Amino acid sequence: MAETILMKGNEAMAEAAVMAGCRHFFGYPITPQNEVAAYMSRRMPQVDGVYLQAESEIAAINMVLGASAAGARAMTSSSSPGVALKSEGLSYLAGCDLPAVVVNIQRGGPGLGSIQPSQADYFMATRGGGHGDFHMIVLAPNSVQEMFDCAFTAFDLADKYRMTVNILADGVLGQMMEPVVMNSPKMAELPAKDWAVTGTGGKRKSNIVNSLYLKPEALEQTNIERYKRYAVIEKEEARSESYLMDDAEICVTAYGASSRVARNAVDMAREKGVKAGLIRPITVWPFPKGVFLEAAGRVNSFVCVEMSMGQMIEDVELAIRCKKPVAFCGRTGGMIPDPEQVLAAIMKDGRLS
Amino acid sequence: MEYNMVVAGFGGQGVLFAGKFLTYVGMLGGRNVSWLPSYGPEMRGGTANCSVIISDRPVGSPIVLKPDVLIAMNLPSYDKFEPLAAPGALVLVDTSRITREAARGDVTTFMLPAARMAEENGLNGLANMILAGMLIGKTGLCTDEEARQALIKTIPPRKAELLEKNMTAIMLGKNA
Repeated sequence: MAETILMKGNEAMAEAAVMAGCRHFFGYPITPQNEVAAYMSRRMPQVDGVYLQAESEIAAINMVLGASAAGARAMTSSSSPGVALKSEGLSYLAGCDLPAVVVNIQRGGPGLGSIQPSQADYFMATRGGGHGDFHMIVLAPNSVQEMFDCAFTAFDLADKYRMTVNILADGVLGQMMEPVVMNSPKMAELPAKDWAVTGTGGKRKSNIVNSLYLKPEALEQTNIERYKRYAVIEKEEARSESYLMDDAEICVTAYGASSRVARNAVDMAREKGVKAGLIRPITVWPFPKGVFLEAAGRVNSFVCVEMSMGQMIEDVELAIRCKKPVAFCGRTGGMIPDPEQVLAAIMKDGRLS
Repeated sequence: MEYNMVVAGFGGQGVLFAGKFLTYVGMLGGRNVSWLPSYGPEMRGGTANCSVIISDRPVGSPIVLKPDVLIAMNLPSYDKFEPLAAPGALVLVDTSRITREAARGDVTTFMLPAARMAEENGLNGLANMILAGMLIGKTGLCTDEEARQALIKTIPPRKAELLEKNMTAIMLGKNA
């Protein structure tokens, strides 16, 4: 077994990406994700990989598109305003059906906002992240170990479904250090990249990677085909973790850093005899609807905890088809909820139910 | 067992390093740990702090709002975090830089001129580790050998020659 070491989330994720075979990283500086690029700049030359600091976030995402079109495992990383700049490239990646891994270490917004941790890019991440009909798979780790593990998952899912996987973390997860065991999982069996533009050698028909369709009938058809793939993903790839949900009467829900605060609050509620539990989405697209709908049949109410003005709450309400009340508890702008604040929301909701 | 620590001071005093060392002490002791640095504009303005949690239970939120251990290495940090300390907290203060008395009567405050002691013992810049050593002395957090092992993990290989000086600083604080 690999040694347990203390590492920052940003660095653990970067190392995992290298271990997963990523040899092309294109970045641009922004707090609080700078450790990702800094780590890659040291590490890539050691593995004969490419580290390139682009002239902008937009350039970086288009470099990812180029590397991916040539069949490489490619990655870029940024924080909220920088990811917003990448939205054009994200749409082109989707239109070209190219795999990519894009990291968002979220900070407060809108605008330049703050550099403190936030979860206010949930809509941007889960509603596609650019123009046109498309989705990204969005992974939401909540520990340094998961930051490490999710990089492998991200590259495998990206290659499996030929699409962008977005790792949606935040300043807490990027900056904090926790013990991490750097075990490399077994490589998934993945389809050959026979679509990549690697040169025909005069032996096969040219591959074309393109997102422009002048005939709307053809474009409609590609979009329909793509959404069939999304339907498979929604069925098979939704992930979540349930904590103390077996006898829960109140379901607290949160992802990423705020799920750690929520878990503290659930423990505190239990100490007071209130039967609270926690559902933590690990993928926020696809959203683990089934787990929520099932819980809605058993609990009296939900409390959604976020570092935003309330975005995931809409997915919770949709998932449970508004069968039970969903209260919101959050902070925004780079502020982090206090477990006491979440506990108060649980207790208030507990009295209502 | 659970410690919720804040280590705070000026940038350059080694508060992040001392916090990382204490995190390794907890980890090598088989406990759950987390370390979270301040990375905001205050770092550019000179003050730095980190939250360290060492616990028998899984660590939930890594943010320490009510420290039960506070190491304060400058006055702005002491002024900021002393009011937040949990009742009964252990507060370690470097009196080389902080001259005021403790404001709280419901916490246990230990005063030590750590920066001056470091200077007098040829350990410039190691006031942080003198205070970490004092914490180990007051809490019995780890054995001397465990402290040494944690130091080996914390000090980057290219600075390995600093191990003994750090260890001397820890022992100085522990026996103070």
